[in-house]
Amino acid sequence: MATQLDEMFVKTRKENRAALIAYLPAGFPSLEGCKDAISTLAESGVDAVEIGFPYSDPVMDGPTIQQAADISLKAGTGATEVFETLNFAHEVGLPAVVMTYWNPIERYGVDRFAKEMARNGGSGVVTPDLTIEESKPWNSATLAAGINRIFVVAPSTTDDRLARVTSQCSGFVYAASLMGVTGARTDLSSGGRDLVARVRKTTDLPIAVGLGVSTRAQAREVAGYADGVIVGSAFIKALLDAKDPQSGLEKLGALARDLVAGVREGR
Amino acid sequence: MANNNIEAIGHFGPFGGRFVPEALIGALDQLDAAHQAAIIDPIFQAELAHLHLTYTGRPSIITEAKRFSEFAGGARILLKREDLNHTGSHKINNVLGQALLTKRMGKKRIIAETGAGQHGVASATAAALFGLECVVYMGEEDTRRQALNVARMKLLGAEVVPVKTGSRTLKDAINEAMRDWVTNVDTTHYLLGTVAGPHPFPTMVRDFQKIIGEEARVQVLELIGRLPDAVLACIGGGSNAIGIFHAFIPDTSVDLIGFEAGGAGIETGRHAATITGGSVGVLHGTRSYVLQDENGQTIESHSISAGLDYPGVGPEHAYLHDIGRAQYRAINDDQAMEAFALLTKTEGIIPAIESAHALAGAIQVGKERGPKAVLLVNLSGRGDKDVETAADYFKIDL
Ligand SMILES: Cc1ncc(COP(=O)(O)O)c(C=O)c1O
Repeated sequence: MATQLDEMFVKTRKENRAALIAYLPAGFPSLEGCKDAISTLAESGVDAVEIGFPYSDPVMDGPTIQQAADISLKAGTGATEVFETLNFAHEVGLPAVVMTYWNPIERYGVDRFAKEMARNGGSGVVTPDLTIEESKPWNSATLAAGINRIFVVAPSTTDDRLARVTSQCSGFVYAASLMGVTGARTDLSSGGRDLVARVRKTTDLPIAVGLGVSTRAQAREVAGYADGVIVGSAFIKALLDAKDPQSGLEKLGALARDLVAGVREGR
Repeated sequence: MANNNIEAIGHFGPFGGRFVPEALIGALDQLDAAHQAAIIDPIFQAELAHLHLTYTGRPSIITEAKRFSEFAGGARILLKREDLNHTGSHKINNVLGQALLTKRMGKKRIIAETGAGQHGVASATAAALFGLECVVYMGEEDTRRQALNVARMKLLGAEVVPVKTGSRTLKDAINEAMRDWVTNVDTTHYLLGTVAGPHPFPTMVRDFQKIIGEEARVQVLELIGRLPDAVLACIGGGSNAIGIFHAFIPDTSVDLIGFEAGGAGIETGRHAATITGGSVGVLHGTRSYVLQDENGQTIESHSISAGLDYPGVGPEHAYLHDIGRAQYRAINDDQAMEAFALLTKTEGIIPAIESAHALAGAIQVGKERGPKAVLLVNLSGRGDKDVETAADYFKIDL
């Protein structure tokens, strides 16, 4: 059974372009503010959203996402709010996935989390610290719930291991383009291009590239070789730097339109 | 329990494993291979043994605490003196092992987290000895309460980075070290200081610490002609405890008892007693007991002892607890400080506040078992670093 996300990639492939996927933590800048941001992203032409489950110990994240997660956690964001936000994205018509460190899933209950994802219209879950060696229960839970299981691969992942990881994936493969934590970079290394080429040899799944993309030029470059471009910290920064919610949404919308244009210039 | 992959490498029953970004898998595999090769390599073993003999000051001695014993129900108290090691704690055992592995892997930079500063000092020391670059991440709160050790690390040539996120203690220092490692993994070894974290750390750090129990078992047999009735140690991440427990695990007549930091008391919620007061979860790359809320968010731990102030615990302890081979109890701040003062006044040994938790445990267990009992206690470190905290606690004018 195809998820909304699977269908989106069929469409963007038909249009011969990469998809733009926006990341925001649930509950940031507030529960309602996050929903407003999702509406703005949808109106600006973003193809899908990745909703972060804010976590107390985000070892994969740089200062920007840490700060947003802190704000969200202080406001009391938990699984209930994550699912509420997911449901909202689904209602406005955006394919939506959740990105979460593993412990919140394990704590919630692996099967229960997968079911609740599906019930709220979620397409899948990105799990940045779940290794394939530990994923057996998650594989069966996501299969039963009919949602995508998205693992992250890195430039240091060997070819042999890439094949094993991507064989466990569905929806898309998340290619972390550089060795490091999330956050905007001025220079994108060639790591993304090389990694995507190596991933392609192992799977026909769409490949989305994340880590460091923040500008239209970078989006254009990545869209040239990947099926999806994931942008997080840059959107968060637009909201963090704004003096009030309204101007934050305006800046967010402007950045989104710029990046939407960028991914269309890639090929 | 969600996980059934107990056949996979690096597990202790349902605990342990690897929950890390894919970017770190290569480095963890490399480290695992280097460790596996080293444990069967006589040259490596000889090199490490030579360092321990000529640098660490091993074997560490056993001291019988005769006057202290009066306050512990008259039980015989044998102290394994890891406080006499170079740099002042058991941490050096692991650090020298991993520093040798770092050299073998051809890496030139080490990073470390530290709570009490003992692991940071040991790492900075090894870096000086081997000519490595060294960066130590330390919670800002801990840089304040262990200022003496910050100065030591700086003198030794390490860069100390105060971590200002979260609770500003050990947990956050580990987060920051992991972020550094993900970014610089090609050139850098993360010299983790305890038996937590992703495989191979819990196994490897244990292998470097188990010398404590191997020595002590022989020493106690020589001294009293039999095994002790119980082996006692404090539990932060659990490295000094697993180090002294490990050789005794097959000796089923010997009770293994770990003492976690009870802080202000388990009932107050302000503690670091992960097994006693926590639940099963994943933190810092391993499945074990964790202090967490209903959403799986880590709850900040509290302890007067920076080295025990950690909301996780090594997976092997979680396993030993669940199979009933070891027991874990909580000692609160006041009990630990009382034992700290007592050992100082009765034996002329100032213990680390971490180790004072094990000493408070000895008072407790000694009273339960009486004069026939022989208790082997791991005195994991010395208390020089803690004199300011103690002076403050006992309201001594400086
Ligand atoms: C003297 C001493 N004992 C114990 C500990 C706790 O660590 P572990 O439980 O790994 O032995 C520390 C940590 O800093 C320490 O310095």
